[in-house]
Amino acid sequence: MSTRKTSEPFWWGLFSVGGVVAAFLVPVHLFIHGLAVPLGWIAFPHARMLALVGQPLVKVYLFVLIALPLYHWAHRFRFVLEDLGLHALRAPIAVGCYGSAVAGTVGTLWVLLRL
Amino acid sequence: MAEETITLEVTRYRPREDREPRAQAFTVPYRKDWVVLDALNHIKDRVDGTLTYRWSCRMGVCGSCGMMVNGVPKLTCAAFLRDYLPGPIRVEPLAYFPVIRDLVVDIEDFMGKLRRVMPWIIRRTEQPLTAGEYRQTPAQLEAYKQFSMCINCMLCYAACPVYGLSPLFIGPAAIALGYRYNLDSRDEGYHLRQPILAEAVGVWQCTFVGECSAVCPKGVDPAAAIQRSKVAGAKDWFLSILLPRGGRS
Amino acid sequence: MSAPPAPRPGLYYPKMPATWWLRRPAYLRFMLREVSSVFIAIFLAVLMVQVYRAGQGPEAYAAFLERLASPGWIAFHAVALGFALYHSVTWLKLTAVVQVVRLGEHQVPPRLVAAGAFAFWGILSLAILFAVLLRS
Ligand code: SF4
Ligand code: FES
Repeated sequence: MSTRKTSEPFWWGLFSVGGVVAAFLVPVHLFIHGLAVPLGWIAFPHARMLALVGQPLVKVYLFVLIALPLYHWAHRFRFVLEDLGLHALRAPIAVGCYGSAVAGTVGTLWVLLRL
Repeated sequence: MAEETITLEVTRYRPREDREPRAQAFTVPYRKDWVVLDALNHIKDRVDGTLTYRWSCRMGVCGSCGMMVNGVPKLTCAAFLRDYLPGPIRVEPLAYFPVIRDLVVDIEDFMGKLRRVMPWIIRRTEQPLTAGEYRQTPAQLEAYKQFSMCINCMLCYAACPVYGLSPLFIGPAAIALGYRYNLDSRDEGYHLRQPILAEAVGVWQCTFVGECSAVCPKGVDPAAAIQRSKVAGAKDWFLSILLPRGGRS
Repeated sequence: MSAPPAPRPGLYYPKMPATWWLRRPAYLRFMLREVSSVFIAIFLAVLMVQVYRAGQGPEAYAAFLERLASPGWIAFHAVALGFALYHSVTWLKLTAVVQVVRLGEHQVPPRLVAAGAFAFWGILSLAILFAVLLRS
Protein backbone atom coordinates (compact mmCIF):
# COMPACT_ATOMS: atom_id res chain seq x y z
CA MET A 1 0.00 0.00 0.00
CA SER A 2 1.87 2.96 -1.28
CA THR A 3 0.03 5.66 0.65
CA ARG A 4 1.97 4.63 3.73
CA LYS A 5 5.33 5.64 2.27
CA THR A 6 5.20 8.96 4.04
CA SER A 7 4.19 9.92 7.57
CA GLU A 8 2.87 13.28 6.36
CA PRO A 9 -0.81 12.25 6.54
CA PHE A 10 -0.41 11.36 10.21
CA TRP A 11 1.00 14.74 11.18
CA TRP A 12 -1.41 16.54 8.94
CA GLY A 13 -4.28 14.71 10.61
CA LEU A 14 -3.11 15.84 14.05
CA PHE A 15 -2.55 19.34 12.69
CA SER A 16 -6.14 19.51 11.46
CA VAL A 17 -7.68 18.24 14.67
CA GLY A 18 -5.50 20.64 16.62
CA GLY A 19 -6.52 23.48 14.33
CA VAL A 20 -10.18 22.79 14.99
CA VAL A 21 -9.64 22.70 18.75
CA ALA A 22 -7.63 25.91 18.58
CA ALA A 23 -10.27 27.62 16.47
CA PHE A 24 -13.22 26.74 18.69
CA LEU A 25 -11.74 26.76 22.18
CA VAL A 26 -8.58 28.81 22.42
CA PRO A 27 -9.88 32.40 22.03
CA VAL A 28 -12.30 32.19 24.94
CA HIS A 29 -9.76 30.49 27.18
CA LEU A 30 -7.14 33.00 26.20
CA PHE A 31 -9.52 35.74 27.17
CA ILE A 32 -10.35 34.11 30.50
CA HIS A 33 -6.93 32.92 31.64
CA GLY A 34 -4.73 35.42 29.89
CA LEU A 35 -6.70 38.60 30.50
CA ALA A 36 -9.85 38.36 32.60
CA VAL A 37 -8.42 36.44 35.54
CA PRO A 38 -5.05 38.26 35.80
CA LEU A 39 -6.81 41.62 35.50
CA GLY A 40 -9.28 40.64 38.21
CA TRP A 41 -12.40 40.75 36.02
CA ILE A 42 -13.11 37.16 36.93
CA ALA A 43 -12.10 35.57 40.21
CA PHE A 44 -10.53 32.19 39.84
CA PRO A 45 -9.39 31.20 43.33
CA HIS A 46 -7.03 28.35 43.95
CA ALA A 47 -9.59 26.10 45.65
CA ARG A 48 -11.85 26.31 42.66
CA MET A 49 -9.05 25.64 40.22
CA LEU A 50 -8.01 22.56 42.19
CA ALA A 51 -11.56 21.28 42.47
CA LEU A 52 -11.99 21.72 38.73
CA VAL A 53 -8.83 20.05 37.53
CA GLY A 54 -9.41 17.23 39.96
CA GLN A 55 -12.32 16.01 37.87
CA PRO A 56 -11.48 13.35 35.30
CA LEU A 57 -13.67 14.95 32.64
CA VAL A 58 -11.99 18.30 33.10
CA LYS A 59 -8.63 16.57 32.79
CA VAL A 60 -9.63 15.07 29.50
CA TYR A 61 -10.88 18.48 28.37
CA LEU A 62 -7.63 20.17 29.36
CA PHE A 63 -5.64 17.49 27.61
CA VAL A 64 -7.56 18.08 24.40
CA LEU A 65 -7.33 21.85 24.82
CA ILE A 66 -3.58 21.91 25.44
CA ALA A 67 -2.04 18.94 23.67
CA LEU A 68 -3.83 18.87 20.32
CA PRO A 69 -3.16 22.46 19.25
CA LEU A 70 0.52 21.79 19.90
CA TYR A 71 0.51 19.65 16.75
CA HIS A 72 -1.21 22.44 14.97
CA TRP A 73 1.64 24.72 16.04
CA ALA A 74 4.31 22.14 15.17
CA HIS A 75 3.03 21.69 11.63
CA ARG A 76 2.64 25.36 10.89
CA PHE A 77 5.88 26.39 12.51
CA ARG A 78 7.73 23.75 10.57
CA PHE A 79 6.54 25.24 7.32
CA VAL A 80 7.12 28.80 8.50
CA LEU A 81 10.77 27.93 9.05
CA GLU A 82 10.94 26.34 5.62
CA ASP A 83 9.20 29.34 4.10
CA LEU A 84 11.81 31.61 5.61
CA GLY A 85 14.42 29.87 3.55
CA LEU A 86 15.63 27.09 5.83
CA HIS A 87 14.86 24.57 3.17
CA ALA A 88 18.11 22.74 3.53
CA LEU A 89 17.24 21.87 7.12
CA ARG A 90 13.88 20.33 6.34
CA ALA A 91 14.42 17.02 8.10
CA PRO A 92 15.80 18.32 11.40
CA ILE A 93 13.15 21.05 11.46
CA ALA A 94 10.38 18.48 11.10
CA VAL A 95 11.85 16.29 13.82
CA GLY A 96 12.33 19.28 16.11
CA CYS A 97 8.80 20.63 15.64
CA TYR A 98 6.86 17.40 15.89
CA GLY A 99 9.23 16.21 18.61
CA SER A 100 8.43 19.31 20.67
CA ALA A 101 4.72 18.66 20.26
CA VAL A 102 5.14 15.09 21.44
CA ALA A 103 7.20 16.30 24.40
CA GLY A 104 4.46 18.83 25.16
CA THR A 105 1.87 16.07 25.04
CA VAL A 106 3.84 13.96 27.50
CA GLY A 107 4.35 17.01 29.71
CA THR A 108 0.63 17.82 29.67
CA LEU A 109 -0.22 14.23 30.59
CA TRP A 110 2.31 14.31 33.39
CA VAL A 111 0.97 17.57 34.83
CA LEU A 112 -2.63 16.43 34.62
CA LEU A 113 -2.08 12.96 36.04
CA ARG A 114 -0.13 14.21 39.03
CA LEU A 115 -3.03 16.30 40.24
CA MET B 1 -4.68 67.17 -28.43
CA ALA B 2 -1.87 64.84 -27.62
CA GLU B 3 -2.71 61.17 -27.67
CA GLU B 4 -3.19 59.58 -24.29
CA THR B 5 -0.44 57.13 -23.43
CA ILE B 6 0.51 54.65 -20.76
CA THR B 7 3.89 53.19 -19.86
CA LEU B 8 4.66 49.49 -19.63
CA GLU B 9 7.77 48.25 -17.85
CA VAL B 10 8.45 45.03 -19.60
CA THR B 11 10.96 42.42 -18.50
CA ARG B 12 13.57 41.63 -21.13
CA TYR B 13 15.95 38.71 -21.03
CA ARG B 14 18.19 37.47 -23.82
CA PRO B 15 19.44 33.94 -23.21
CA ARG B 16 23.21 33.56 -23.10
CA GLU B 17 23.67 37.33 -23.44
CA ASP B 18 22.09 38.66 -20.27
CA ARG B 19 22.99 37.36 -16.85
CA GLU B 20 19.78 38.72 -15.37
CA PRO B 21 16.49 40.01 -16.72
CA ARG B 22 16.03 43.76 -16.75
CA ALA B 23 13.05 46.04 -17.23
CA GLN B 24 12.54 48.12 -20.34
CA ALA B 25 10.00 50.90 -20.45
CA PHE B 26 7.71 51.35 -23.45
CA THR B 27 5.16 54.08 -23.81
CA VAL B 28 2.16 52.97 -25.81
CA PRO B 29 -1.11 54.59 -26.79
CA TYR B 30 -3.79 54.21 -24.18
CA ARG B 31 -7.12 52.86 -25.34
CA LYS B 32 -10.01 52.12 -23.06
CA ASP B 33 -10.67 48.76 -24.65
CA TRP B 34 -7.06 47.61 -24.81
CA VAL B 35 -5.74 44.81 -22.68
CA VAL B 36 -2.10 44.38 -21.69
CA LEU B 37 -1.68 41.91 -24.53
CA ASP B 38 -2.80 44.55 -27.05
CA ALA B 39 -0.15 46.86 -25.71
CA LEU B 40 2.50 44.14 -26.06
CA ASN B 41 1.36 43.46 -29.62
CA HIS B 42 1.60 47.16 -30.35
CA ILE B 43 5.19 47.18 -29.08
CA LYS B 44 6.09 44.13 -31.10
CA ASP B 45 4.49 45.45 -34.31
CA ARG B 46 5.58 49.06 -34.09
CA VAL B 47 8.46 49.48 -31.69
CA ASP B 48 10.58 46.41 -31.07
CA GLY B 49 9.98 43.24 -33.02
CA THR B 50 12.29 41.24 -30.80
CA LEU B 51 9.94 41.35 -27.83
CA THR B 52 9.03 37.72 -27.14
CA TYR B 53 5.92 36.39 -25.42
CA ARG B 54 3.24 33.76 -25.90
CA TRP B 55 -0.35 34.22 -26.84
CA SER B 56 -2.89 32.71 -29.12
CA CYS B 57 -6.61 33.03 -28.61
CA ARG B 58 -6.90 36.53 -27.17
CA MET B 59 -10.08 35.47 -25.45
CA GLY B 60 -9.13 33.68 -22.27
CA VAL B 61 -9.37 30.08 -23.45
CA CYS B 62 -5.95 28.99 -24.64
CA GLY B 63 -4.12 29.80 -21.41
CA SER B 64 -0.86 30.84 -23.06
CA CYS B 65 -0.70 34.57 -22.31
CA GLY B 66 -0.19 34.38 -18.55
CA MET B 67 2.25 36.96 -17.13
CA MET B 68 2.80 38.89 -13.95
CA VAL B 69 0.98 42.20 -14.22
CA ASN B 70 2.02 44.50 -11.40
CA GLY B 71 3.20 41.44 -9.53
CA VAL B 72 0.00 39.43 -9.86
CA PRO B 73 -0.39 36.52 -12.28
CA LYS B 74 -2.93 37.44 -14.96
CA LEU B 75 -4.08 36.41 -18.39
CA THR B 76 -2.81 39.44 -20.27
CA CYS B 77 -5.64 39.12 -22.77
CA ALA B 78 -8.07 39.72 -19.94
CA ALA B 79 -6.14 42.43 -18.07
CA PHE B 80 -7.45 45.80 -19.21
CA LEU B 81 -5.11 48.78 -19.25
CA ARG B 82 -7.91 50.86 -17.76
CA ASP B 83 -7.67 48.86 -14.53
CA TYR B 84 -4.05 49.93 -14.07
CA LEU B 85 -4.32 53.67 -14.58
CA PRO B 86 -2.30 55.81 -14.57
CA GLY B 87 0.49 53.25 -14.86
CA PRO B 88 3.25 52.39 -15.24
CA ILE B 89 2.32 48.75 -15.56
CA ARG B 90 4.95 46.17 -14.71
CA VAL B 91 4.82 43.18 -17.04
CA GLU B 92 7.01 40.24 -16.04
CA PRO B 93 7.21 36.58 -16.93
CA LEU B 94 5.22 34.21 -14.71
CA ALA B 95 6.90 33.99 -11.31
CA TYR B 96 8.87 30.95 -10.16
CA PHE B 97 9.30 29.51 -13.66
CA PRO B 98 12.65 29.50 -15.45
CA VAL B 99 12.73 32.22 -18.09
CA ILE B 100 13.61 31.29 -21.64
CA ARG B 101 13.45 34.73 -23.17
CA ASP B 102 11.73 38.01 -22.26
CA LEU B 103 8.25 36.98 -21.12
CA VAL B 104 8.42 33.35 -22.17
CA VAL B 105 8.86 30.77 -19.42
CA ASP B 106 9.82 27.13 -19.55
CA ILE B 107 6.74 24.93 -19.15
CA GLU B 108 8.45 21.52 -19.37
CA ASP B 109 8.27 20.97 -15.63
CA PHE B 110 4.57 21.78 -15.61
CA MET B 111 3.80 19.51 -18.55
CA GLY B 112 5.60 16.65 -16.86
CA LYS B 113 3.58 17.17 -13.71
CA LEU B 114 0.32 17.15 -15.64
CA ARG B 115 1.23 13.78 -17.11
CA ARG B 116 2.21 12.36 -13.75
CA VAL B 117 -1.29 12.61 -12.33
CA MET B 118 -2.65 10.45 -15.18
CA PRO B 119 -5.32 12.86 -16.38
CA TRP B 120 -7.40 10.36 -18.29
CA ILE B 121 -10.11 7.87 -17.46
CA ILE B 122 -8.67 4.65 -16.14
CA ARG B 123 -10.77 1.49 -16.24
CA ARG B 124 -9.96 -1.87 -14.74
CA THR B 125 -11.24 -3.38 -17.94
CA GLU B 126 -12.24 -1.25 -20.88
CA GLN B 127 -15.70 -2.03 -22.07
CA PRO B 128 -15.90 -2.91 -25.78
CA LEU B 129 -16.77 -0.13 -28.19
CA THR B 130 -20.01 -1.88 -29.04
CA ALA B 131 -21.16 -1.34 -25.46
CA GLY B 132 -21.34 2.38 -26.23
CA GLU B 133 -20.06 5.28 -24.20
CA TYR B 134 -19.66 5.43 -20.45
CA ARG B 135 -22.74 7.20 -19.26
CA GLN B 136 -23.00 9.81 -16.61
CA THR B 137 -25.86 11.63 -14.90
CA PRO B 138 -25.89 15.43 -14.68
CA ALA B 139 -25.21 15.13 -10.95
CA GLN B 140 -22.17 12.95 -11.60
CA LEU B 141 -20.92 15.53 -14.07
CA GLU B 142 -21.55 18.32 -11.60
CA ALA B 143 -19.34 16.54 -9.05
CA TYR B 144 -16.15 17.28 -10.97
CA LYS B 145 -17.11 19.91 -13.51
CA GLN B 146 -15.53 22.84 -11.69
CA PHE B 147 -12.18 21.06 -11.64
CA SER B 148 -12.33 20.28 -15.35
CA MET B 149 -12.45 23.93 -16.40
CA CYS B 150 -8.67 24.38 -16.18
CA ILE B 151 -6.95 25.89 -19.23
CA ASN B 152 -3.40 25.14 -18.03
CA CYS B 153 -2.46 28.78 -17.86
CA MET B 154 -0.14 28.17 -14.87
CA LEU B 155 -1.26 31.35 -13.12
CA CYS B 156 -1.84 29.26 -10.02
CA TYR B 157 1.80 28.11 -10.02
CA ALA B 158 2.99 31.67 -10.37
CA ALA B 159 0.85 32.54 -7.34
CA CYS B 160 2.12 29.66 -5.24
CA PRO B 161 5.10 30.41 -2.99
CA VAL B 162 5.31 26.72 -2.12
CA TYR B 163 6.09 25.98 -5.76
CA GLY B 164 8.63 28.78 -5.74
CA LEU B 165 10.30 27.36 -2.64
CA SER B 166 10.23 23.71 -3.63
CA PRO B 167 9.96 23.23 -7.36
CA LEU B 168 9.31 19.50 -6.89
CA PHE B 169 5.83 20.28 -5.55
CA ILE B 170 3.32 18.89 -8.05
CA GLY B 171 1.38 22.10 -7.68
CA PRO B 172 -2.19 23.35 -7.87
CA ALA B 173 -3.36 22.71 -11.44
CA ALA B 174 -1.90 19.20 -11.65
CA ILE B 175 -3.45 18.19 -8.33
CA ALA B 176 -6.79 19.73 -9.30
CA LEU B 177 -6.64 17.78 -12.55
CA GLY B 178 -5.84 14.50 -10.80
CA TYR B 179 -8.60 15.19 -8.31
CA ARG B 180 -11.00 15.87 -11.18
CA TYR B 181 -10.43 12.34 -12.52
CA ASN B 182 -10.68 10.85 -9.04
CA LEU B 183 -14.12 12.43 -8.81
CA ASP B 184 -15.25 11.17 -12.19
CA SER B 185 -17.86 8.42 -11.84
CA ARG B 186 -16.49 6.70 -14.96
CA ASP B 187 -12.99 6.46 -13.55
CA GLU B 188 -11.54 3.52 -11.64
CA GLY B 189 -8.01 4.80 -11.26
CA TYR B 190 -8.09 6.24 -7.75
CA HIS B 191 -5.72 3.58 -6.44
CA LEU B 192 -3.17 4.52 -9.12
CA ARG B 193 -3.60 8.28 -9.05
CA GLN B 194 -4.12 9.05 -5.39
CA PRO B 195 -0.69 7.70 -4.31
CA ILE B 196 0.89 10.24 -6.66
CA LEU B 197 -1.21 13.08 -5.32
CA ALA B 198 -0.50 11.93 -1.77
CA GLU B 199 3.27 11.68 -2.12
CA ALA B 200 5.46 13.77 0.12
CA VAL B 201 5.94 16.24 -2.79
CA GLY B 202 2.23 16.08 -3.52
CA VAL B 203 -0.54 17.59 -1.46
CA TRP B 204 1.45 17.52 1.79
CA GLN B 205 3.74 20.28 0.59
CA CYS B 206 0.81 22.65 0.38
CA THR B 207 0.39 25.09 3.26
CA PHE B 208 -2.93 26.42 1.96
CA VAL B 209 -1.80 29.89 1.07
CA GLY B 210 -4.89 29.89 -1.10
CA GLU B 211 -3.59 32.29 -3.75
CA CYS B 212 -3.88 29.66 -6.48
CA SER B 213 -7.64 29.81 -6.20
CA ALA B 214 -7.61 33.58 -5.90
CA VAL B 215 -5.83 34.06 -9.23
CA CYS B 216 -7.43 31.26 -11.24
CA PRO B 217 -9.27 32.82 -14.19
CA LYS B 218 -11.58 29.83 -14.52
CA GLY B 219 -12.82 29.43 -10.95
CA VAL B 220 -11.22 26.01 -10.66
CA ASP B 221 -10.37 26.38 -6.95
CA PRO B 222 -7.27 24.19 -6.91
CA ALA B 223 -6.78 24.93 -3.20
CA ALA B 224 -10.00 23.12 -2.38
CA ALA B 225 -8.97 20.19 -4.59
CA ILE B 226 -5.71 19.97 -2.68
CA GLN B 227 -7.34 20.16 0.74
CA ARG B 228 -9.89 17.52 -0.17
CA SER B 229 -7.14 15.31 -1.51
CA LYS B 230 -5.37 15.74 1.81
CA VAL B 231 -8.48 14.63 3.64
CA ALA B 232 -8.73 11.59 1.36
CA GLY B 233 -5.03 10.86 1.79
CA ALA B 234 -5.26 11.08 5.56
CA LYS B 235 -8.31 8.80 5.58
CA ASP B 236 -6.47 6.25 3.45
CA TRP B 237 -3.47 6.47 5.70
CA PHE B 238 -5.34 5.90 8.94
CA LEU B 239 -7.43 3.16 7.36
CA SER B 240 -4.29 1.42 6.17
CA ILE B 241 -3.06 1.46 9.77
CA LEU B 242 -6.32 0.18 11.20
CA LEU B 243 -7.00 -2.39 8.50
CA PRO B 244 -3.62 -3.19 6.99
CA ARG B 245 -5.12 -5.52 4.44
CA GLY B 246 -8.61 -4.20 3.91
CA GLY B 247 -9.87 -0.78 3.07
CA ARG B 248 -9.43 0.98 -0.18
CA SER B 249 -6.85 -0.42 -2.63
CA MET C 1 10.25 11.76 -6.84
CA SER C 2 13.97 12.21 -7.20
CA ALA C 3 16.27 15.22 -7.36
CA PRO C 4 15.15 18.46 -9.01
CA PRO C 5 15.80 18.65 -12.73
CA ALA C 6 19.27 19.96 -13.50
CA PRO C 7 19.28 23.63 -14.50
CA ARG C 8 19.49 24.09 -18.22
CA PRO C 9 22.01 26.50 -19.69
CA GLY C 10 20.64 29.74 -21.07
CA LEU C 11 17.56 29.79 -18.87
CA TYR C 12 17.23 32.29 -16.09
CA TYR C 13 16.20 30.69 -12.81
CA PRO C 14 14.58 33.21 -10.51
CA LYS C 15 15.58 33.10 -6.88
CA MET C 16 13.19 33.41 -4.03
CA PRO C 17 14.26 35.87 -1.35
CA ALA C 18 13.56 34.97 2.29
CA THR C 19 11.33 38.04 2.41
CA TRP C 20 8.97 36.84 -0.33
CA TRP C 21 6.00 37.02 2.05
CA LEU C 22 6.35 40.80 2.24
CA ARG C 23 5.72 41.14 -1.47
CA ARG C 24 1.99 40.75 -1.53
CA PRO C 25 -0.66 41.52 1.11
CA ALA C 26 -2.14 38.05 0.63
CA TYR C 27 1.23 36.46 1.41
CA LEU C 28 1.60 38.60 4.51
CA ARG C 29 -1.85 37.62 5.71
CA PHE C 30 -0.89 34.01 5.15
CA MET C 31 2.27 34.44 7.21
CA LEU C 32 0.36 36.10 10.06
CA ARG C 33 -2.13 33.24 9.98
CA GLU C 34 0.66 30.70 10.28
CA VAL C 35 2.45 32.64 13.00
CA SER C 36 -0.76 32.77 15.04
CA SER C 37 0.00 29.18 15.97
CA VAL C 38 3.10 30.31 17.85
CA PHE C 39 1.09 32.63 20.08
CA ILE C 40 -1.51 29.97 20.66
CA ALA C 41 1.15 27.43 21.60
CA ILE C 42 2.82 29.84 24.05
CA PHE C 43 -0.52 30.55 25.68
CA LEU C 44 -1.21 26.84 26.06
CA ALA C 45 2.22 26.27 27.57
CA VAL C 46 1.46 29.03 30.08
CA LEU C 47 -1.89 27.43 30.82
CA MET C 48 -0.13 24.13 31.42
CA VAL C 49 2.22 25.79 33.91
CA GLN C 50 -0.76 27.41 35.58
CA VAL C 51 -2.37 24.02 36.13
CA TYR C 52 0.94 22.72 37.39
CA ARG C 53 1.29 25.62 39.84
CA ALA C 54 -2.22 24.98 41.10
CA GLY C 55 -1.06 21.51 42.02
CA GLN C 56 1.78 23.01 44.06
CA GLY C 57 -0.50 24.86 46.43
CA PRO C 58 -2.27 28.20 46.93
CA GLU C 59 0.90 30.30 47.30
CA ALA C 60 2.52 29.04 44.13
CA TYR C 61 -0.75 29.54 42.30
CA ALA C 62 -1.25 33.08 43.61
CA ALA C 63 2.31 34.01 42.78
CA PHE C 64 1.83 32.73 39.26
CA LEU C 65 -1.36 34.73 38.77
CA GLU C 66 0.46 37.81 39.99
CA ARG C 67 3.12 37.29 37.36
CA LEU C 68 0.46 37.00 34.70
CA ALA C 69 -0.90 40.37 35.80
CA SER C 70 2.35 42.10 34.87
CA PRO C 71 2.05 44.51 31.95
CA GLY C 72 4.33 42.36 29.80
CA TRP C 73 2.15 39.29 30.09
CA ILE C 74 -1.06 41.25 29.71
CA ALA C 75 0.30 42.79 26.54
CA PHE C 76 1.37 39.40 25.28
CA HIS C 77 -2.02 37.88 25.95
CA ALA C 78 -3.80 40.78 24.32
CA VAL C 79 -1.74 40.31 21.18
CA ALA C 80 -2.15 36.54 21.40
CA LEU C 81 -5.91 36.96 21.63
CA GLY C 82 -5.83 38.92 18.40
CA PHE C 83 -3.88 36.15 16.71
CA ALA C 84 -6.14 33.45 18.16
CA LEU C 85 -9.21 35.22 16.81
CA TYR C 86 -7.51 35.56 13.44
CA HIS C 87 -6.79 31.86 13.45
CA SER C 88 -10.40 31.01 14.28
CA VAL C 89 -11.83 33.28 11.61
CA THR C 90 -9.49 32.06 8.87
CA TRP C 91 -9.80 28.44 9.91
CA LEU C 92 -13.58 28.39 9.95
CA LYS C 93 -13.82 30.27 6.69
CA LEU C 94 -11.41 28.01 4.85
CA THR C 95 -12.85 24.81 6.28
CA ALA C 96 -16.29 25.83 5.10
CA VAL C 97 -14.99 26.08 1.54
CA VAL C 98 -13.10 22.82 1.67
CA GLN C 99 -15.59 20.64 3.47
CA VAL C 100 -18.41 19.69 1.17
CA VAL C 101 -21.56 19.47 3.27
CA ARG C 102 -24.50 17.74 1.67
CA LEU C 103 -28.16 17.79 2.52
CA GLY C 104 -29.60 14.99 0.48
CA GLU C 105 -28.91 15.77 -3.17
CA HIS C 106 -27.77 19.33 -2.67
CA GLN C 107 -24.54 20.83 -1.51
CA VAL C 108 -25.00 23.33 1.28
CA PRO C 109 -23.44 26.63 0.12
CA PRO C 110 -20.08 27.27 1.84
CA ARG C 111 -21.35 30.60 3.16
CA LEU C 112 -24.06 28.82 5.08
CA VAL C 113 -21.60 26.25 6.40
CA ALA C 114 -19.35 29.06 7.55
CA ALA C 115 -22.26 30.87 9.19
CA GLY C 116 -23.12 27.69 11.06
CA ALA C 117 -19.55 27.22 12.19
CA PHE C 118 -19.30 30.81 13.40
CA ALA C 119 -22.58 30.51 15.27
CA PHE C 120 -21.40 27.30 16.92
CA TRP C 121 -18.11 28.93 17.85
CA GLY C 122 -19.90 31.89 19.40
CA ILE C 123 -22.31 29.80 21.39
CA LEU C 124 -19.58 27.47 22.59
CA SER C 125 -17.40 30.40 23.69
CA LEU C 126 -20.27 32.02 25.55
CA ALA C 127 -21.12 28.72 27.20
CA ILE C 128 -17.56 28.28 28.43
CA LEU C 129 -17.44 31.87 29.62
CA PHE C 130 -20.68 31.50 31.55
CA ALA C 131 -19.62 28.19 33.03
CA VAL C 132 -16.55 29.94 34.41
CA LEU C 133 -18.43 33.08 35.52
CA LEU C 134 -21.29 31.33 37.24
CA ARG C 135 -19.17 28.99 39.27
CA SER C 136 -16.49 31.35 40.40
S1 SF4 D 1 -6.17 25.80 -12.15
FE1 SF4 D 1 -6.79 27.84 -12.90
S2 SF4 D 1 -4.92 29.09 -12.64
FE2 SF4 D 1 -4.27 26.96 -12.52
S3 SF4 D 1 -3.66 26.41 -14.60
FE3 SF4 D 1 -5.82 25.83 -14.39
S4 SF4 D 1 -6.99 27.58 -15.12
FE4 SF4 D 1 -4.89 28.30 -14.77
S1 FES E 1 -4.29 34.60 -25.37
FE1 FES E 1 -5.38 32.74 -24.96
S2 FES E 1 -5.83 32.95 -22.85
FE2 FES E 1 -4.94 34.88 -23.31
